[in-house]
Amino acid sequence: MESTNPPVLQLSHISKTYTNIMANDNISLKLNRGHIHALLGENGAGKSTLVKIIYGLVKPDNGKMIFNEKNYAPENPQAARLAGVGMVFQHFSLFDSLTVAQNILLGLDKAYSYDSLVDQIVQMSKNYGLALNPKMTVGDLSAGERQRIEIVRCLLQNPKLLIMDEPTSVLTPTEIEQLFNTLKQLSLQGTSILYISHKLEEVRRLCNDGTILRDGKVIKNFLPSETTSSEIAELMVGKKIKPTVKQNSHSKEKILDIKNLSVKSQTPFGTNLKNISLEINQGEILGIGGVAGSGQDELLLVLTGETKVEKNTILYKGMDIGHLNPQERRELGLLTAPEERLGHAAAPEMSLIENCLITAKKEKNLVERGWIKFGKTAQFANDIMKTFDVRADNSANLAKTLSGGNLQKFLIGRELSQNPEAIVVNQPTWGVDASAAQFIRQALLDLVSRGTAAIIISQDLDEILEISDRFTALVNGSISTPKVTSKLTVSEIGLMLSTHSTN
Amino acid sequence: MIKLTPRNNQSKILIAITPIIAVLFTMIFGGILFWVLGKNPFEAIKLIFWDPLMSETFSDYARPQILVKASPLILIALGLSVGFKANIWNIGAEGQFIMGALISAGIGLALYPMENRLIFPLMVVCGTLGGTLWALIPAILKSRFNTNEILVSLMLVYIAEQALASASIGILRNPEGSGFPGSRNLNQYPSASNPELIAGSGVHWGVVFSILTVWFFHYLLKNHKFGFQIKLFGDAPRAASFAGLKSNYIILLCFSISGGLAGMAGMFELTGPAGAITIDFNVGYGFTAIIVAFLGRLNPIGILFAGLLMALTYVGGEISQFMLGIPAAAIQVFQGMLLFFLLSIDLIVKFQLSFIRNKHISRKE
Repeated sequence: MESTNPPVLQLSHISKTYTNIMANDNISLKLNRGHIHALLGENGAGKSTLVKIIYGLVKPDNGKMIFNEKNYAPENPQAARLAGVGMVFQHFSLFDSLTVAQNILLGLDKAYSYDSLVDQIVQMSKNYGLALNPKMTVGDLSAGERQRIEIVRCLLQNPKLLIMDEPTSVLTPTEIEQLFNTLKQLSLQGTSILYISHKLEEVRRLCNDGTILRDGKVIKNFLPSETTSSEIAELMVGKKIKPTVKQNSHSKEKILDIKNLSVKSQTPFGTNLKNISLEINQGEILGIGGVAGSGQDELLLVLTGETKVEKNTILYKGMDIGHLNPQERRELGLLTAPEERLGHAAAPEMSLIENCLITAKKEKNLVERGWIKFGKTAQFANDIMKTFDVRADNSANLAKTLSGGNLQKFLIGRELSQNPEAIVVNQPTWGVDASAAQFIRQALLDLVSRGTAAIIISQDLDEILEISDRFTALVNGSISTPKVTSKLTVSEIGLMLSTHSTN
Repeated sequence: MIKLTPRNNQSKILIAITPIIAVLFTMIFGGILFWVLGKNPFEAIKLIFWDPLMSETFSDYARPQILVKASPLILIALGLSVGFKANIWNIGAEGQFIMGALISAGIGLALYPMENRLIFPLMVVCGTLGGTLWALIPAILKSRFNTNEILVSLMLVYIAEQALASASIGILRNPEGSGFPGSRNLNQYPSASNPELIAGSGVHWGVVFSILTVWFFHYLLKNHKFGFQIKLFGDAPRAASFAGLKSNYIILLCFSISGGLAGMAGMFELTGPAGAITIDFNVGYGFTAIIVAFLGRLNPIGILFAGLLMALTYVGGEISQFMLGIPAAAIQVFQGMLLFFLLSIDLIVKFQLSFIRNKHISRKE
């Protein structure tokens, strides 16, 4: 059958060069009809460029594409959609204050009447197991439901090829199951799916074929069912990845104590924090899991000091710190690293040197009587770059010019180099490639083994389970009682992630 | 529809020479404007840009005048640039300029005819304070009630103008002025006057202060944490709050600095070139300084040159009015063009423009 059935999309010798980076280097690829094809690679391997070429967002310098046995060179995404290519992005483009149906209507190229669209959405949710109520306001929906809106929007245009970019990064385990069922059903009906992910186990379970990219080149085509995760990981990175080493620390003094903390969110569709109580001791990592939008950002802002809280809800070494601002907390030894790198943890238009001043000016004595000591600050920036393996040719480079992984290593390095007594990190390895992620996790573990107390908030469940001593889940702004991570079973974790999510 | 996408590799040279390109465009389109008005464009451009500096007929008068006109522009623009860097928009420097002049005139005239060396420094301090206090009105309203500082500071200019008119026919009117509006001439009151320090040079205390301030700001913004703080606040407000900076502190500080320098400029103008409070005491330095701040790329050294260039167009404009009868309004349009071209060339340098036909957006009723 395979030989008589021509591929739905065939790429030959696709190349694309940006100013001085070869993003795609002579890539040839074949996608079979009705197959789920995994596209794997680290950040910067060229996955997004390739996908953007297929979706008409970027024009290749060289190479040819054949889609549905016809020459294919889309001018723009509209042309790609018209030809039968749909794409679901990692970040959704939805209006929070509009309903599901209104959002879908806005994104369609063809004109629909509102009522017939509502009927079609209902029909489609039934057919593909995509539970959706077209009349609901998007702001009230979970990440999984929002993703379903994007999928339905694509499916309404009857795509032959559906591109999914890191679709499970925002989903709960149950939602992932539902998504996989939908995707399998679509593939059975003949839709091909190009599935971009870095979660290797998922790829092995779901995909029929796979391609690994590295440095813009195709490294290997493989059969996911017959390749182990560690083989795939090594092919992606190009070298062996060391597993993290964990050492236990023995001191157990209580550092941070959060008592019955409730905070109203400051943004319209944010999550209110409800009655959160937590304790964290020296030398331990408390992992906080949960899907996006469960209150992670709000919790971090409360801990940094950017959101003020009621008296005696946050105690640091027995002292009420709820009214202290971020700098005052830093001077006591409580450091934080927000999720959003550019704009929150770092200023994009400032050099790495200047960015050191945001959090380290006091601890490292970078400012004396108001005057900045640039020599010392540059030295500190260079030390971070060396210790934390930040790949940038110069510490005078602007923060925005670094890749996500390098900037994150720099920013985590900036905090860890100050020897904090307590540290709170939100999404330590979000959008960071596998080897950098490993590096950051090991650095956190090393710090904790010297007695620092750490709270790691992450949506990457595997990461939390790997490094945390105790685990809890943030669901709809409330938290379950933390449990010792090593004694948790998969079903217990699933339960913690989904309890009290019903209200 | 026009679509803007940020350019990945902005040319540093192009960004640096944008002000020069803007000046050239202004010459071309200004020339067209003068030609439409029936004047010889080449003659007009030469009168504006060349003759004030180089011609024998005009340069004796024009060269000192350039310094006299540049100094308030530079002082005010320096103050404004600090706020603009932090994304805090004080548009009301004109009003703060007036208030600085009014308060210092009040102090000086209250002490008339006492002679004392301390009177002039006291007036400098009071003029600065007057500008600061006037600027703190929009700053406090913004920090307390989140009002729009652009609107409030602009509206306060008109209030200041009314106060100026009222003072010049009322409380500050010269008792020996036979009923004419306007105050006593401070140039005839040695303790309160701001004469030329070197005869014929145009250099008065305001010129000295503006050059010192350029140097001081250049050093301060580069090496002091204050320069870092306003840059951080302008670039990434959330990172500033993460760093522990209070936004209200930055807002009040930026308005105090810009208001204070505008008030100081008003004081030097009053005691020097103007001499007295009159109904039409202010001539738009506070607004033109906004152009100067941007033309100088919000950089102290850049502002020094931009202030001199703008003063040149003022003086040259006067000469061309006098020689060719070009209306004053046309000269103002000409100066406005300079900002327009600067901003639009900036946009083209920093962004890629593409024109898209929106055929895909049409839909059935």
